Amino acid sequence: MSQQIQVSGLDAYYGRHKAIEDISMTIEPNTITAFIGPSGCGKSTFLRTLNRMHEVIPGARVEGKVLLDGEDLYGPGVEPVSVRRMIGMVFQRPNPFPTMSIYENVAAGLRLNGRRSKSEVDGIVETSLKGANLWNEVKDRLGKPGAGLSGGQQQRLCIARAIAVRPEVLLMDEPCSALDPISTLAIEDLMAELKSKFTIIIVTHNMQQAARVSDRTAFFNLAGQGQPGRVIEMDDTSRIFTNPSQKATEDYITGRFG
Amino acid sequence: MTTHTIRRVSAARRLKDRLVQTLVYLAFAVAVIPLISVLWLVIKNGLARFDLDFLTHSMRGIGARDVGGGAYHAILGTLEQVLLASLISVPIGLLTAIYLVEYGRGGRLSRAISFFVDVMTGIPSVVAGLFVLAFWVLALGMPFSGFAGALALSILMMPTVVRSTEEMLLLVPNDLREASYALGVPKWRTIVKVVLPTAFTGIVTGVMLAIARVAGETAPLMLTVFFTDSINSDPFSGPQMGLPLYVFDQARRPTDIAIDRAWTGALTLILIVMLLNLVARLIAWWRSPARGR
Ligand SMILES: Nc1ncnc2c1ncn2[C@@H]1O[C@H](COP(=O)(O)OP(=O)(O)OP(=O)(O)O)[C@@H](O)[C@H]1O
Ligand SMILES: [Mg+2]
Repeated sequence: MSQQIQVSGLDAYYGRHKAIEDISMTIEPNTITAFIGPSGCGKSTFLRTLNRMHEVIPGARVEGKVLLDGEDLYGPGVEPVSVRRMIGMVFQRPNPFPTMSIYENVAAGLRLNGRRSKSEVDGIVETSLKGANLWNEVKDRLGKPGAGLSGGQQQRLCIARAIAVRPEVLLMDEPCSALDPISTLAIEDLMAELKSKFTIIIVTHNMQQAARVSDRTAFFNLAGQGQPGRVIEMDDTSRIFTNPSQKATEDYITGRFG
Repeated sequence: MTTHTIRRVSAARRLKDRLVQTLVYLAFAVAVIPLISVLWLVIKNGLARFDLDFLTHSMRGIGARDVGGGAYHAILGTLEQVLLASLISVPIGLLTAIYLVEYGRGGRLSRAISFFVDVMTGIPSVVAGLFVLAFWVLALGMPFSGFAGALALSILMMPTVVRSTEEMLLLVPNDLREASYALGVPKWRTIVKVVLPTAFTGIVTGVMLAIARVAGETAPLMLTVFFTDSINSDPFSGPQMGLPLYVFDQARRPTDIAIDRAWTGALTLILIVMLLNLVARLIAWWRSPARGR
């Protein structure tokens, strides 16, 4: 089933610019972890180092270790592609493939990664769409373009697409920031359901959302102007929001800065 | 203290608006008049000989003063030459554009390639013909042939294909590439299955424009495929004909009959290019996502 993630001493760079520094944390399987913090403090950057998406950007590199169940994702000879199959990602803006139908979008990860029988793909598409709470809305128009859905539906389509390849971990970078409250609620409910199958990490600017959905919360902040971002505090969500140990955390969640 | 009030559009502004509008319409008319008059002339003069005879017969054994004769040999030649030129330049152009956008990323090699593509864009067509004549025909001792013409045409097509494809690939949002990578899809599959299909319609349009451009080239053909009045369906050996050459050849003959044939040849050429465009549009429509299969 899901596996533990252990990060130790992780730095990430964009060219010469160091975006995050010395991040260490442990994320337990089948939990939801929220990353909060002011804009530009490196939450997205850190999230993208977890499935080796960071290095897709020209000039970007990573130092340090990310262990998935004891195995270093940045170890020599590790295929980034295989890492990304185990650790899926949902982006801030819904990005269904515009040339593909709803069905093809969900099947994309399976199809693009090799041959599977039609009936097998059919089954996975259905369970994934059901898993993303989208099945009832689209079951009659699976052949229609995915870009023709509403923003919230598109985002759930992207979630279905990500879980169709059966990852261990699901990374979500502000998945609700482009959505209305009802779609947001649908996705939050969905996360609570998905928790039994996946380990979920979510970046959010919405304090209530972090408090509602997550088990643990990490607060990121810049060490200073022009300095790299760091994890200031990580703890059980209930503690972070009621009794944080750091002054900066308290200031941030009570809205005194950021 | 200034207060904001809702004002009526002043007469001066309305006048200016009218003036600019008129100018824009005028500019449009100036741009369209030559196009329409060329089409009109070609259709008016070309229809006289646009018959089955013209489309199915060559000029073999037909002198300048003889009626009849056709452009079958030239149509066949043009289609073969353009097809061969496309077969050479489209794959190379596509792969070059993919390299430039997806792999090169402004590195030294990609900047060098970009520079040479720009230089190639500026090559006059007659120079491309001369190059093939000097290199392929004279230095290597190959015969004049449709293929030699196709080589010259492909030199002219390639930069257009590269540039238009490059632009279309750059239009594909990076989000889509990242979405694909995040599913664990390798880069090359992402390019083949996500990037190219997304840019497909634009690429086809670009290729069609490139084809349309070279289909009417005369100078490079003169130096490479030579002339013939007979049907030669083998583009790899012996002189062929092409429609632009046919028009050129007939137009300089001293009789009205030949001049009529030249007009009809021009009409046929325009029709072929329009037909190709139509086919491209059909392909694009058939592949477009909005159709919702
Ligand atoms: N593609 C990039 N190239 C160069 N620098 C980047 C790039 N993306 C992010 N950065 C820099 O890295 C730092 C961290 O950015 P990041 O996107 O991780 O912040 P974030 O915490 O996700 O912010 P937000 O909450 O606004 O999304 C910022 O200083 C940013 O300018
Ligand atoms: Mg971010």
